[in-house]
Amino acid sequence: MTTAAPVPALEARGIVKTFPGVVANDHVDFDLRTGEIHALLGENGAGKSTLMNILAGLYRPDSGELRLDGRPIVFGSPREAIAAGLGMVHQHFTLVPSQTVTENVLLGLSKPRFWLRAGRSEEQIGRLSAKFGLRVDPRAKIWQLSVGEQQRVEILKLLYREARILIMDEPTAVLAPQEINELFRTLRSMTADGRSIVFISHKLGEVMAIADRITVMRRGVVTAAGIAVADTSRADLARRMVGREIIDVLERTPFQPGPVVLAVRDVTADNDRGLTALRGVSMDVRAGEIVGIAAVAGNGQNELAEVITALRPSRGSVTIGGTEVANRPVAIAIREGVAHVPEDRTGVGTSPNLSVADNLIMKRYHDAPIAHGWFVDDAAARGIAQGLKDEYDIAAPSIDTEARLLSGGNIQRLIFAREIDTGPRVMVAVHPTRGLDVGAIEAVHRVLLERRQAGTAILLISEDLDEILALADRVDVMYEGRIVGSFPVADADIGTIGLLMTGGTAADADPATPTDATATSAGR
Amino acid sequence: MNLRLEPRTDTPRWFPATATIGALVVAFILSGFIIWLVGGDPIRSFTHIMVAAFGSVGVISDTLVKATPLILTGLACSLAFRMHLWNIGAEGQFLLGAWGASAVVLVPILPAGTPAIVVIPVMMLAGAAAGGAWGFIPGILRARLGVSEIITTLMLNYVALFWIQYWVFGPWSEGGFQQTRPFPPEAWLPRLTDLAAAFPVLGGLTVHLGLIFGILAATIMWVALERTRWGYEIRLIGDSPSAARYAGIDIGRKIVVVFVISGALAGLGGMSEVGGVVHKLQDQISPGYGFTAIIIAYLARFGPFRVIVASILFGALILAGREIQPSGVPAMIQGIILFALIGSDVLIRYRIRFDRHLATA
Repeated sequence: MTTAAPVPALEARGIVKTFPGVVANDHVDFDLRTGEIHALLGENGAGKSTLMNILAGLYRPDSGELRLDGRPIVFGSPREAIAAGLGMVHQHFTLVPSQTVTENVLLGLSKPRFWLRAGRSEEQIGRLSAKFGLRVDPRAKIWQLSVGEQQRVEILKLLYREARILIMDEPTAVLAPQEINELFRTLRSMTADGRSIVFISHKLGEVMAIADRITVMRRGVVTAAGIAVADTSRADLARRMVGREIIDVLERTPFQPGPVVLAVRDVTADNDRGLTALRGVSMDVRAGEIVGIAAVAGNGQNELAEVITALRPSRGSVTIGGTEVANRPVAIAIREGVAHVPEDRTGVGTSPNLSVADNLIMKRYHDAPIAHGWFVDDAAARGIAQGLKDEYDIAAPSIDTEARLLSGGNIQRLIFAREIDTGPRVMVAVHPTRGLDVGAIEAVHRVLLERRQAGTAILLISEDLDEILALADRVDVMYEGRIVGSFPVADADIGTIGLLMTGGTAADADPATPTDATATSAGR
Repeated sequence: MNLRLEPRTDTPRWFPATATIGALVVAFILSGFIIWLVGGDPIRSFTHIMVAAFGSVGVISDTLVKATPLILTGLACSLAFRMHLWNIGAEGQFLLGAWGASAVVLVPILPAGTPAIVVIPVMMLAGAAAGGAWGFIPGILRARLGVSEIITTLMLNYVALFWIQYWVFGPWSEGGFQQTRPFPPEAWLPRLTDLAAAFPVLGGLTVHLGLIFGILAATIMWVALERTRWGYEIRLIGDSPSAARYAGIDIGRKIVVVFVISGALAGLGGMSEVGGVVHKLQDQISPGYGFTAIIIAYLARFGPFRVIVASILFGALILAGREIQPSGVPAMIQGIILFALIGSDVLIRYRIRFDRHLATA
């Protein structure tokens, strides 16, 4: 970055990529300078992932040109891209759990050709991790590592392959605030070393905190090309992302808690791998109250949601208005008014190859007016489905469209429409806004607050601490299957919560030194 | 050049049907090629098959007789396959159904001389019950213990075959031959030819009541699958068991029920075969109807009425193929059809892309 007009490390010109019926990238330009962190911001479906998959060699553009250090290049596969020094850290990691960090880093490399000299490789990996602050034991097995550590292994894989350009796809989604700070330090030390980073995100605060320049995409088109962070603002970026001003601060009515509706008492449960996931959890959620669970991924919060919705066997007791629902048929929990917005929207929350209509009647097909004895009244079902589709603004060609063809935001609208339609007493919402665009997030938040107003007891599990603090009346912090702290939201301090989430104690918290994450949190 | 598969995001409605017909065409071209390779004349062979299967009212009737057990076993497979239950035990359930129906006559459960109006319904019940019981075993094992139904249903086919053999070689053997004594006429399913006295034109037509069972069963199954809560649940479980569980459906119970009904349909097929065609129990009553049913279910893409069409096609193949060669050619054509169908499935789910790029790195 010494010359006035440096050749970009990576440059994309006029990229066009169409999928059936959608122009995912419409003449997109993008350039990445050497040694910078360039954020790519956009709603889901804006075309960020398509563009990055083209850069990383997964897709080929219909037209347009890629240049690496000024030279035109065509990648036929991710392998060719990495050989040219360009690698991507995906949201879902590609590690072998039973192997060590070193083995995972070496996996797929042609050298060492035959004889693994683990010692030497370990040493190299140790040097790399020390240099960039990627704390991880090279000899640890992947399954022993936290999600944050696994992410470090993914980065190490690329560094070991001498990647000069790293594409990070929403890297902070799975991290606790402290881990985000560490990641940011790592990213900065990598750019100081002359590497260049594309940072994909839809979190405005984060992008403002880490990026040098920002490119914003909306509906396949670039709406802001490489603007410097200093020259923009959150409001400006938000407008370019969604095409209108968004309200950052949610209107909340005063907290008027009703009686306890959901009571969890001393619940223990195992996770899918048979390991203890919940170690004696007790909690209450009152009518008209939103309780947020703050926890780093994998600390039992998902298992708790499944126990409450009767999907996972457990010991202990879960009652809805006094009726036991845990360890009984799921149908009983549904009848007692438990609505569930599951984490896995396409595998659990919807049936992908069934129509929107079939998905919308999933929880009430056995009741009148849809059911007539054994028969399903098709007209009634379609009428109800059409009504919900209109009321909740589900964007789909028709109610006969297969659910898998809907965008993430619309699938979530469908799930909320169906779950709220049952008139729930309790709603368990798991990562309800993960991966959604700003407009859809706003819709979800509005719906949750409306439900609260209507007297539903809401358990909100989210990895977005800002979201919990913005919506919840009370925050319960979970760590390793226990509730390690519970605060009314007014008393909640993001530093303390962050420490508790990562295994610290409240006494460790020093309010005098707020972390970076506090500075980037949403304006409340 | 590189050949790549990309998942389809939008499959037009007409596409699966076209792909199926395309697969059939490809299968016949390939079969013709093989017939030509071994020195046969493919055009003449296929023409012969057409004439032998559909050339006259008499042979059409024979084709329908062959199609009847295929319809019932094909429906049995389609129902289970819809829920992604791989019941490949229709053969065994068919045999048990034949055995159950025979028991009514041979034990005897009903005294000799009971009128047909009583004997036939009781045989139907017994056949369906025995087939259903044979389906219940893999169903309960799968639902309660998670035992793979593919293995259990396959193995139970052999158990069923030995069970039949025990009875026809042992207790029910007629004079040491591997078959039972013929059923009395009251236990025969009515045939068209039985009406020849009143309508001479029907003389010699062996189509029997079993065909009506098949058509009725297909109709009931269609209504149940498309118009009832039960059918909705089957669709939901078939597409996404985890979504079905989330919706409060007791999947284990549905697995058992579907297996019992599937077995009962195949069992009814066995009953219709002993009651309508063979009129006795022997160890060779099925030339593999229950296995052909798997291909038929796929060809019909699990649609009840399409099962009837596919069964008639295969009935024709079995009947007319026999005139060309006792076993080789017809079995080969069936096999090629299955392969072509499985291949066409790939086309339905993926689009094929030809990449013409040169590696640069």
